[in-house]
Amino acid sequence: MANYTMHMLVCSGTGCKSAESDLITANLEKYVAEANMTDEVQVLKTGCFGFCEKGPVVKILPDNTFYVQVTPDDAEEIVNEHIIKGRKVERLLFVDPKTEKMVSDSKKMDFYKKQLRIALRNCGLIDPDNIDEYIARDGYHALGMALTEMTPQDVIKVVKDSGLRGRGGGGFPTGLKWEIASKNDADQKYVVCNADEGDPGAFMDRSILEGDPHSVVEAMAICGYSMGATIGKVYIRAEYPLAIKRLEKAIEDAREYGLLGKDIMGTGFDFDIELTFGAGAFVCGEETALIHSMEGERGEPTTKPPFPAESGYWGKPTNVNNVETFANVPVILLKGADWFSSIGSEKSKGTKVFALAGKINNVGLIEVPMGTTLREVIYDIGGGIKDGKKFKAVQTGGPSGGCLTVDDLDTPIDYENLIAKGSMMGSGGMIVMDEDDCMPAVAKFYLEFTEEESCGKCTPCRVGTKRLSELLELITDGKGKMEHLDELKRLSRVIKDTALCGLGQTAPNPVLSTMEAFWDEYIAHIKDGRCPAGQCTNLLQYIISEAKCVGCTACVRVCPTNAITGTVKKPHVIDQAKCIKCGACYDKCKFEAISKQ
Amino acid sequence: MAKIKSFEELKKIKDQVQSKVGLREKGENIDNLIQIRVAMATCGIASGAREIMNYMIDEMTSQGIENAVVTQTGCMGYCYAEPTIEVTTPGKEPVIYGDVTKEKAKEIIDEHVIKGELVDGIIPMTHKTIDQ
Repeated sequence: MANYTMHMLVCSGTGCKSAESDLITANLEKYVAEANMTDEVQVLKTGCFGFCEKGPVVKILPDNTFYVQVTPDDAEEIVNEHIIKGRKVERLLFVDPKTEKMVSDSKKMDFYKKQLRIALRNCGLIDPDNIDEYIARDGYHALGMALTEMTPQDVIKVVKDSGLRGRGGGGFPTGLKWEIASKNDADQKYVVCNADEGDPGAFMDRSILEGDPHSVVEAMAICGYSMGATIGKVYIRAEYPLAIKRLEKAIEDAREYGLLGKDIMGTGFDFDIELTFGAGAFVCGEETALIHSMEGERGEPTTKPPFPAESGYWGKPTNVNNVETFANVPVILLKGADWFSSIGSEKSKGTKVFALAGKINNVGLIEVPMGTTLREVIYDIGGGIKDGKKFKAVQTGGPSGGCLTVDDLDTPIDYENLIAKGSMMGSGGMIVMDEDDCMPAVAKFYLEFTEEESCGKCTPCRVGTKRLSELLELITDGKGKMEHLDELKRLSRVIKDTALCGLGQTAPNPVLSTMEAFWDEYIAHIKDGRCPAGQCTNLLQYIISEAKCVGCTACVRVCPTNAITGTVKKPHVIDQAKCIKCGACYDKCKFEAISKQ
Repeated sequence: MAKIKSFEELKKIKDQVQSKVGLREKGENIDNLIQIRVAMATCGIASGAREIMNYMIDEMTSQGIENAVVTQTGCMGYCYAEPTIEVTTPGKEPVIYGDVTKEKAKEIIDEHVIKGELVDGIIPMTHKTIDQ
């Protein structure tokens, strides 16, 4: 048997895979074989390491060397230098932007220091396609323990005591949900995993399914045992092909081991899982719409009650939990409710996975204890704002959430605090915005999203979101009037109060929260006809400074509409009537003679 | 794959496959572990470093030593004294042993790794390395 003394882990999440990480793996394997080291060095594909900003990532263990932005051509050098000669390939090491020093040990990177990985415990550590590696990490032990040593009530009690709450956004106590479903008697009950992740910029659930699919499979079986269900369904969007492939493999392997199917581990408990593919509609993340979609109906929500726990899939008691919620369950059972509830803040226990995106240095996937401040997430883990710009806001909770500003940087992140600030936890997307982002335009972006994703069933949402985005369009086009602001507020309130489901009820949040925090920007658009961030093209003018222009004619040559005129070595002028505000001249000018106003 | 018929069987499988991720789990805690690096360059392999390395891994596994990890490195420059291994105890300077045989390897495990006592065969450090 091979006695491995070195493991080379290559990220094979969707991000790194699209940057040829499969070829990196193949090349590493090839050169390791050429060096005759296949019995000592194991090359394997893992799930996401989270540091997507600098992918593809290759991590070498046990010394924790962390190579970033690796190309397939680098494989030869990594094997020759690191493996054969025992020297690190310095040019591939991560350079800390603050100290400008190379960091060879991933544990010493700021990005990882403040993280606590529970849901992501196996992501980037095990081969997701290998059930044995999951078992080696105590996989299926929680299920074994539940089936042999605990009653269903015991399981529910542990989950309740742990304080775990739904990670899909709502934050409903998971144990309570299980308990309600367990108390409703029926000939058939269902466990549903909601993998319909739809927030713009969010990829937490995808990464968990790609990096550690067995954790979700195991948790669903545990949930099934606790509530008396024998069938599990995963509702996953078809646009996640890799997650689907890994999950299918996981289910198949679990069946072969008898960890799914009839008489699991000889305990008489039956449970199996099927996949249902969604077409990627945002509204299907809402549990009633999700269930209708699974039944082959239109993905439209219905009023609650009845809750799915009473009457869900095919009218049977159904428990719906999100991917990340499930991923927490096996560890909670193994380590106990007290351990889990010791992490986090008073009412929000455990950790939360966030997908950091936008104008931030370290774009990626992170997991932090609840109660971590926004400042720690953005500046310590996220490495601050790109290009040294100023932080303006962070959008949490996707289209249902709102914006948090500089004033909220020291707010501990948990369910209650985010709601109090007019946003919400959501599924965990965090989009960071800098001084160049125009807030009315951001609100417009989200409203266009909800307008498009509205299922159309109820009027407040179908028509209301359309009207909201029209009003925002007027404002960002410079045609806004003060009464439009009142109309935005009034309409937002009506939609919130009357829409049928969460999608509509929360759709106005981006408008309300940006109006609350960035009222001045709305006023500037309307009263001054000016976009302070310089983003709304209709409110923008490019102007050439007579004093600074040297007449080099560079701008004339790039202008697509011939709007710039002037003689050589004399200051030029822009004809505003012809200018289409493309910004080409602004980017081209070397003398900073062109300004945006 | 045979079906797992009981929780006990699952636990047994875990013990069998534990080694698959053991090295990676140790990596998470590397600063608190005794690191044994075997020089596995051409000179080392030709002198039998591979056998020594495998022997040490097997011996440590059979003794159930959990606070140490065996890994490999390149040529340390002591080609005249291959196989060479470097033992680093947390918080202490690394110690390099030369001309390591299986007997010596056993002695290093029994004395140095377990009891923390140095054994004969140490190559004195005559050079300095540049720390970043």
